[in-house]
Amino acid sequence: MSVSQAIAVDRPPPQARGWPRVRIIGYALVGLWGLFGVGIVAYLVHAWNADFFARYAPAYLQGLGTTLSLVAISMVAGAILSLPVAYGRMSKNRILSGLAYCYVYFFRGTPLLVQTYLVYYGIGSFRPELQTVGLWWFFREAFYCGVFAFSLNTAAYQAEILRGAIESVPRGQWEGAASLGLHKLQTLRKVIMPQAIIVALRPYGNELILMIKASAIVAIITVYDLMGNAKLAYAKSFDIQAYIWVAIVYLVLVEILRHGVEWIERRITIHLKR
Amino acid sequence: MPAQSIWTLLSWGPDGWSDDIASGVLVTVALALATLPIGLVIGFFVAFAKQHEEPALRLAANIYTTVFRGLPELVTLFLFFFGMPLLLQYVVRLFEPEATIDVNSFIAGMIVLALIFSSYASEVFLSAFRAIPKGQYEGGYAIGLSKWRTMRLVILPQLLRIAFPGLENCWLSLLKDTSLVSVVNLAETLRNAGVAARVTKHSFLFYSVAALVFLVLAILSSVATAYIQRSLGRREAR
Repeated sequence: MSVSQAIAVDRPPPQARGWPRVRIIGYALVGLWGLFGVGIVAYLVHAWNADFFARYAPAYLQGLGTTLSLVAISMVAGAILSLPVAYGRMSKNRILSGLAYCYVYFFRGTPLLVQTYLVYYGIGSFRPELQTVGLWWFFREAFYCGVFAFSLNTAAYQAEILRGAIESVPRGQWEGAASLGLHKLQTLRKVIMPQAIIVALRPYGNELILMIKASAIVAIITVYDLMGNAKLAYAKSFDIQAYIWVAIVYLVLVEILRHGVEWIERRITIHLKR
Repeated sequence: MPAQSIWTLLSWGPDGWSDDIASGVLVTVALALATLPIGLVIGFFVAFAKQHEEPALRLAANIYTTVFRGLPELVTLFLFFFGMPLLLQYVVRLFEPEATIDVNSFIAGMIVLALIFSSYASEVFLSAFRAIPKGQYEGGYAIGLSKWRTMRLVILPQLLRIAFPGLENCWLSLLKDTSLVSVVNLAETLRNAGVAARVTKHSFLFYSVAALVFLVLAILSSVATAYIQRSLGRREAR
């Protein structure tokens, strides 16, 4: 048997031609999405209101800034706070690891909305006590309360990401570094972290996206972020395009981040591909 | 207001708020349980479409998950809660000019949560689909099962077992997401706790109770899922 014949035999069956049922369903569904998209665009064109745009577009832009700064501050504060929590989770000390476990379980087991209420309305209800301690200026501002609740929440998630990433590095790496005479901190920085970051990048990216999406709930505690401004615009104008515009902005934001994370992942795993 | 003790506030009956919060818990659980089967079925079909060889089907499914995973839950909820009546009204008024439409917040919450849950569940199902070797399909066809029966008798049992841990996570986030529906005035746990907090001025107490309720629900879920997991494991072919 010649080589060309063998190749001919191994070839997969040809693609189904014509119009099998799944293809019709597929085209129908894509058509439905197309129709939906065209409908929204048509609605926005039809409902185009220069007045609405002139009045609310600057507010939306400002809201976008608020959302981004809220998420950025919370992510960084959460990252710092996640270090001791992750350390506690991995510690052999029973009390320390138990405390860290309870922290993580509480913040991952309850809705972020409840946590935000607990900070803004709950802690905020102890006004006299807070004034005595001198922390009232912090808990009076809805924005700071949002940052506080979000930082605590994301610290729990980030601690788990960090722990998972560090534990994914085999123990032999620690032992190898120890036998070379590196001490623990050096090992962590030079040997473990470069390998752990590759594992952790995608979960961190997902956490960032989740935070952007979750940040919409601070609108409920009267922070004028992107969603807060949309709520305000809707309350004033009863025009549903207030929410459609904000949905488009969030969708674009999330897609940019998602593709950005994928791009970074491709870059830093380039040495693993052959 | 006379200072009431915490125990009076938390008692059952006209002075206390436990009964209100308990009825809210029932609504929370009912909402999550009502959403679950719808979300699972949609999620399964979306995953099925995503791994299908037909490009149009894949495209449609990918748009679905991109949209509903990309939008904040709250935005989706508001869009549906405020946008859906407008759309329905527009359609219905073509036939009956005088009709007005109101959307029940339970139904709106259920639809939105099902959309979100299914787009996350579809990713779990998709990775489970990819974990099943092609030989399983071929084996099914070889013994003369139709496509549908292969799916139901051969693939689905394995798929559920592989997808289960991921679906458990989806369920836990569904449970937490139900709290968002309180924003459109559904009298669930958080809403009722909020009312109690506003009336009694004991915000910290009642929001802590709400947090505790969600924690207990999460713990109960993990007990239940551990049980299901064990029984799934027992049925596994060795």
